[in-house]
Amino acid sequence: MSLKIVVLAKQVPDTRNVGKDAMTAEGTVNRAALPAIFNPEDMNALEQALRLKEQNPGSTVGILTMGPPRAAEVIRQGLYRGADTGWLLTDRLFAGADTLATSYALATAIKKIGDVDVIIGGRQAIDGDTAQVGPQVAQKLGLSQVTYAEEIMKCENNRLTIRRHIDGGVETVETPMPVVVTVNGSAAPCRPCNAKLVMKYKRATAPLERTTDMPYANLYEERPYLTLTQWSVADVNGDPQQCGLSGSPTKVKAVKNIVFQAKESKTLTGSDTDIEDLITELLNEKIIG
Amino acid sequence: MANYYSDHPEFDFYLNHPEMKRIVELKERNFADKDTYDDAPVDFEDAIENYRRVLDITGDIAANIIEPNSEDVDLEGPHLIDGRMHYASKTYENLEATRKAGLWGISMPRRYGGLNMPITPYSMASEIVSAADAGFQNIWSLQDCIETLYEFGDEEQRKKYIPRVCAGETMSMDLTEPDAGSDLQRVMLKATYSEEDKCWYLNGVKRFITNGDSDIHLVLARSEEGTHDGRGLSMFIYDKRDGGVTVRHIEHKLGIHGSPTCELVYKNAKAELCGSTRMGLIKYVMALMNGARLGIAAQSVGVSQAAYNEGLAYAKDRKQFDTAIINFPAVYDMLARMKAKLDAGRSILYQTARYVDIYKALDDIARERKLTPEERQEQKKYTRLADAFTPLAKGMNSEYANQNAYDAIQIHGGSGFIMEYKSQRLYRDARIFSIYEGTTQLQVVAAIRYITNGTYLGIIKEMLEREVSDSMTDLKARTETLVAKYEEAVNIVKNDADQCKQDFLARRLYEMTADIIMSLLIIEDATRAPELFEKSANVFVRHAEEEVNGHYGFIKNFKTEDLEHYKA
Repeated sequence: MSLKIVVLAKQVPDTRNVGKDAMTAEGTVNRAALPAIFNPEDMNALEQALRLKEQNPGSTVGILTMGPPRAAEVIRQGLYRGADTGWLLTDRLFAGADTLATSYALATAIKKIGDVDVIIGGRQAIDGDTAQVGPQVAQKLGLSQVTYAEEIMKCENNRLTIRRHIDGGVETVETPMPVVVTVNGSAAPCRPCNAKLVMKYKRATAPLERTTDMPYANLYEERPYLTLTQWSVADVNGDPQQCGLSGSPTKVKAVKNIVFQAKESKTLTGSDTDIEDLITELLNEKIIG
Repeated sequence: MANYYSDHPEFDFYLNHPEMKRIVELKERNFADKDTYDDAPVDFEDAIENYRRVLDITGDIAANIIEPNSEDVDLEGPHLIDGRMHYASKTYENLEATRKAGLWGISMPRRYGGLNMPITPYSMASEIVSAADAGFQNIWSLQDCIETLYEFGDEEQRKKYIPRVCAGETMSMDLTEPDAGSDLQRVMLKATYSEEDKCWYLNGVKRFITNGDSDIHLVLARSEEGTHDGRGLSMFIYDKRDGGVTVRHIEHKLGIHGSPTCELVYKNAKAELCGSTRMGLIKYVMALMNGARLGIAAQSVGVSQAAYNEGLAYAKDRKQFDTAIINFPAVYDMLARMKAKLDAGRSILYQTARYVDIYKALDDIARERKLTPEERQEQKKYTRLADAFTPLAKGMNSEYANQNAYDAIQIHGGSGFIMEYKSQRLYRDARIFSIYEGTTQLQVVAAIRYITNGTYLGIIKEMLEREVSDSMTDLKARTETLVAKYEEAVNIVKNDADQCKQDFLARRLYEMTADIIMSLLIIEDATRAPELFEKSANVFVRHAEEEVNGHYGFIKNFKTEDLEHYKA
């Protein structure tokens, strides 16, 4: 069967290799010092979406992202790997959103897209690490959700079979569609960009990204696929009160620097009792599980 | 994240070479594809941007997939199971990544599914893949066999095979046999035409076939019964889907373990004739070999770069006598010479690739329409330059890759001899470069006529006419001094009646030629980009002085009777 698949993807600062200037004096993320990347687990989700598309001829994959105009790069990265389309939610009214306002905005956009079979995103983003957005989107749309997915194994009779990564093993579940799936980082890595697709879409931009002196402006008229869809709060019939800062009950009270320091040391022999004691201690401390 | 393309500004430097304009113009035929294909460039800058993007993808895959897999691939190697070759498991990951990325059929026209890229950026991709894993570069870069099929096959064959290669099917060129290595005229694999089935059948054995269990083979076989020389040989296409060829043995090699070297048995294997009979060796295999030699030159530069990287990193990291060893003259001397050979070698590689691009694009245009007299002249000139430069680029770079891999180990000291370090793999992998696709000794044979007929001297003099920056004036003057000695040495050898002596001294003339041309090339590069090449230009010209003066003295003092001292 042909599926309409929407990938939820976020542009995030690359927090994997942070230097000293990663935080501002006020304790917020210094976005200028960190390169903006496609959130890694959203990449894993994109790969699952593209595989699902390949296994179900006629399916389409679209990238839905919210952010400033430059977040359109996430859509381009999706197109380079085989996505068919994308939507950029961009509006000052969306800015400052916590997970609640984000999931509201995404859910509203998904309603506007309409008839979506599979909504798939990463488990969590590396800047917030909340893992809340996927489940909240499912809740708002009244859909089933499968979290910690590692592989979509099959799609039959309007149901998906999915392998989940759980503590100490894996679990296989079946779900009806439409469904929201969040993908774990242990899933297959995403495929590389495709040369022809990069050549085709390299100048694809959202209107708000464009400047008047941009070269090749004439191409935008000749080639409609070079114009990415960009939606404001009004475009998705959103309630401004539920978007951005006004829709975000989360308040940051304080940000603290935490430095891990070893305070004590223990010397263990290689004896079985010592090893057993260590294991028990680590289990009790919930360091291993 | 590491990227073997964007980490090295040299690639962009060569992509921006002034000759690229002409190459793109010819290759893109006035950008005629832009209205038919979404991925076709609209102008010159757009084309260069496309090449950069493709190299960026290649550099990413090379650094983050192929290189991390290379050690496992080297340790596992391919397997022979029931007459079929199975790659090392991670080779399949590499293949999958390059296929998903669409890095197959790179130089083929868009109408067959290719990227229509010139040989120059393709060679860059090849260098990048080789820097990650030279063995995998073999499997991947054998895609350029499709050039030969495109040039000499008929339209039906093009339509049948080119899209398959663009989708990632692999190729091999089945030339060597147990008794026909360097001397391919001895090929015995038999091709018989069946009037009944209206097709050819192949019978016999091929040996040392790189990627020998590929999907599509180009096979050199004897179609003319009773003949014994090259004129009885034709080229055939064997499609693995038709069956009839099994793998009897996979060689255990010193290096490039990921690249399977197969012995093949042909038993009534159905095949298609490519081009005309009797032209197999004389024309088609020569074309195939020239392409393959450029491929090995790129492979060699990739390994030279990897060896330099390993040596440099270790020398910076390793401390002895309370200081990093890179601070010792004996160590930075080695590193500087490695870098100079790498830079000068890369310069001649891309100069050769540009020559090949111009003549090949003109050849291709000639298939569509009659060339103008100016174009014909241009085609002739660049064909000759490509033929002359290919043996220099292949021979010198393959020797440099070996020298750099040797020095990389030397810098590592005892650790370099330990299998856990990458340098040992580079050293083993490089060893074949100066052997296959024509040994260095055969590159000398291919080059010698251009030495004696003055082709090289002509281009050297043309290069001496060009302006260089102030800081390069002295190096240019010093190189000019070498040219005078070179001319004298060439004349001494040319005017000698003794053929043995001529052959004996040929290698020295060859090296003098290459040293001078590479000096002039790196001087030009340093004129345009001093920040990248000034040091290497200084080091390389000094190296050339050492070599050329040494060879000059040797040749000048050499007498025919001295040959006796060398004979076993």
